[in-house]
Amino acid sequence: MTLARASGVILAKELRTEFRSRELLGTTVVFVLIVIVLFSFTFNPTSSESRRFGPGLLWLAFLFAGSLMLQSSFLREQTNDTLAALRLAPIDPFSILAGKMAANFLFLLLVEVILLPVFAVLYNVAILPVLGQLLLVLALGTIGLAATGTVFSAVAAQARLRELLLPLLLLPVLAPVLIASTEATIGVLRDPPELSMVWLTFLACFDVVFLTAAWMVGEYLLEE
Amino acid sequence: MGTEAQSETSSRAVISAPSVLAVFLLLAAASYGALIWAPTENTMGLVQRIFYFHVSSAWTGFVSFILVFVGSVAYLRTRALKWDWLSVASAEVGVAFFTIVLVTGPIWAKPVWGIWWTWDARLTSSFLLWVLFVSYLVLRTLVDEPERRALVSAVFGIFAALDIPLVYFSIWWFRTQHPQPVIGDGGSLDARMGWVLLLCWAATLGVMTVLIRLRYRLEALRAEVDAYRMEASRNA
Amino acid sequence: MRWSGVAQNNCYAIWSRAEPSRVSTPLASSPKGGPGGGLQIQFSEVEKRYGMRLALRGVSLAIAAGECVALVGHNGSGKTTLLKIAAQLTRPSRGRIAFDLGENPISLEEVKSRVGMVGHHTLLYEELTAEENLIFFAKLFGLENPAEKARQALQPVGLAGRATDLVRTFSRGMRQRLSIARALLASPGLLLLDEAGTGLDPEGQHWLGATIQRLRDSGCTILMSTHGRNETQGAVTRAIRLAGGKITHDSGATGNPREILVMAAVRESGEEGAS
Repeated sequence: MTLARASGVILAKELRTEFRSRELLGTTVVFVLIVIVLFSFTFNPTSSESRRFGPGLLWLAFLFAGSLMLQSSFLREQTNDTLAALRLAPIDPFSILAGKMAANFLFLLLVEVILLPVFAVLYNVAILPVLGQLLLVLALGTIGLAATGTVFSAVAAQARLRELLLPLLLLPVLAPVLIASTEATIGVLRDPPELSMVWLTFLACFDVVFLTAAWMVGEYLLEE
Repeated sequence: MGTEAQSETSSRAVISAPSVLAVFLLLAAASYGALIWAPTENTMGLVQRIFYFHVSSAWTGFVSFILVFVGSVAYLRTRALKWDWLSVASAEVGVAFFTIVLVTGPIWAKPVWGIWWTWDARLTSSFLLWVLFVSYLVLRTLVDEPERRALVSAVFGIFAALDIPLVYFSIWWFRTQHPQPVIGDGGSLDARMGWVLLLCWAATLGVMTVLIRLRYRLEALRAEVDAYRMEASRNA
Repeated sequence: MRWSGVAQNNCYAIWSRAEPSRVSTPLASSPKGGPGGGLQIQFSEVEKRYGMRLALRGVSLAIAAGECVALVGHNGSGKTTLLKIAAQLTRPSRGRIAFDLGENPISLEEVKSRVGMVGHHTLLYEELTAEENLIFFAKLFGLENPAEKARQALQPVGLAGRATDLVRTFSRGMRQRLSIARALLASPGLLLLDEAGTGLDPEGQHWLGATIQRLRDSGCTILMSTHGRNETQGAVTRAIRLAGGKITHDSGATGNPREILVMAAVRESGEEGAS
């Protein structure tokens, strides 16, 4: 069975499981909402200030939410030891990671897209004219978040204090993504909007480097 | 049992007295160079001399973290625990050197700029690297079984090390977009200063080597004790 | 301070992974053949260490195709570890395992598609239905017509009527039956059962015993760990007792397993009486 097909089967399973209960998605959306609202209390959201601080706070909210949400990726496989069931199957072990990365990417992107209009309203930022560019930045940043986060959730699953450990491991490593995504978003929201090729290329590089690293060493994390 | 035990004893000490002496002399020479021989900088005065140690510590910390990467990759390929020992030793020493960077930065900045912290590229990157490898060390304390710990640390170590250039670039590019006061700049670099800087770097590299070897040996001794306990339980 | 070369080498010898498990050519003495594609297994000096604990010590064992082997022993004697190594869920710290199909060695990747396992845990997704679980695993095993195969697999375990119910709603016995159905999905040449009878009612146990008999007759190699006497032992052709990670008794490929089985059952009930 090829890597792509096996990952696809696992992705479908993840999506089906999540959309049946929708509890993870719902909880994450509410959490990001709370963070966005709380952040808005820390400064006066006039238009120019929002455009300066808003994107950074938005991405911080996404990172925090991501590092909490990504926990469940491998914790779920510990119920009934279904991870062993996956490892018994004649598939490339990386396809387990790949399927989960894809699922996490889609979940996170969905959360972000749901909250984008909320952010626009609360912070008085016009997003419709630049929606396409904004989505591009979101996608590139979220790939990095999902890829790295999935691998680290497999790391944390083997340690104690995993709820605290995942953010501890993930947030420092994702600092470049935070910088790049925030700067790119600020650029897009500027008047006139500018799409920074440097930051976008950087995000793409980050994604490629970490996806490759995950491909090369990720499967060792699934060993017993 | 002891079938793997060998009859010869290696008399090679992990750190020979001459090499320790050499490093000590190097450090003494570098200190002399930095504190006395190098010319006093025009605008900043005496406090600028800390720059030699600040910069060399940053470069040396960087080298330590490269060693973490090397150890991590080697462990994953060979599964020989000695590479894990190298990784943890290098990580701890690297954190120590970056602590020096983070402490000397404010010591320099306060008299010169009047502020304790400037978010300049080197200081910010050092801070992030410091946090990154402190996370690495925290991860290690949370996994008990030695081989699982080595495996998990190796994977995280690789990711952390691959992050280093990305951290440097993103912070540097950010700084060029939003300039701020920079530590170590604002003065001319005399030729003598360049030599002293290199000498300082050589000295700190020497200290790094000594410290890593000591820490490596400590880890090896611990593993040795565990191994003997293992033999005993096997024969029981 | 002296650097102890002896100790260092000891460390490396003891701690370093000696050899990764890989395919080996079969030893001359092992019996071959067996109808229906049962796998042969060879354990050579297999050792498994978990941190400080040695779960298996120097186990060497050859299992021919079509044998139905019962592993007996207390908890912690190494039965589950041996089964996990056979399933390739974990690699031996030392030594190797090799498989053959008929006359030819077979690669470890290929073996996976021919192995079915029932473990301590049910290996099922609670949030999916019985049917969805089986279809998922059928797809991962590369089976044609996964939906059809899943439906067919539910019949013999009596779960056809509950196909569209979430596993979360199943009783212990039903989950166990579904777990067994999962193991049998791909028509395995090697079936690994880790106390598969637990949680089953007497009817379920009877069915399991009959299934094992049927599989053995069709040439499937079966390796099962079992506690005491139960319905599933009717088809056993060989019994091996493990204690402290070592094999203490082996009735052999041609011997009579009854003695060892009886001894194990007596020990079990003796301990239960005493405690």
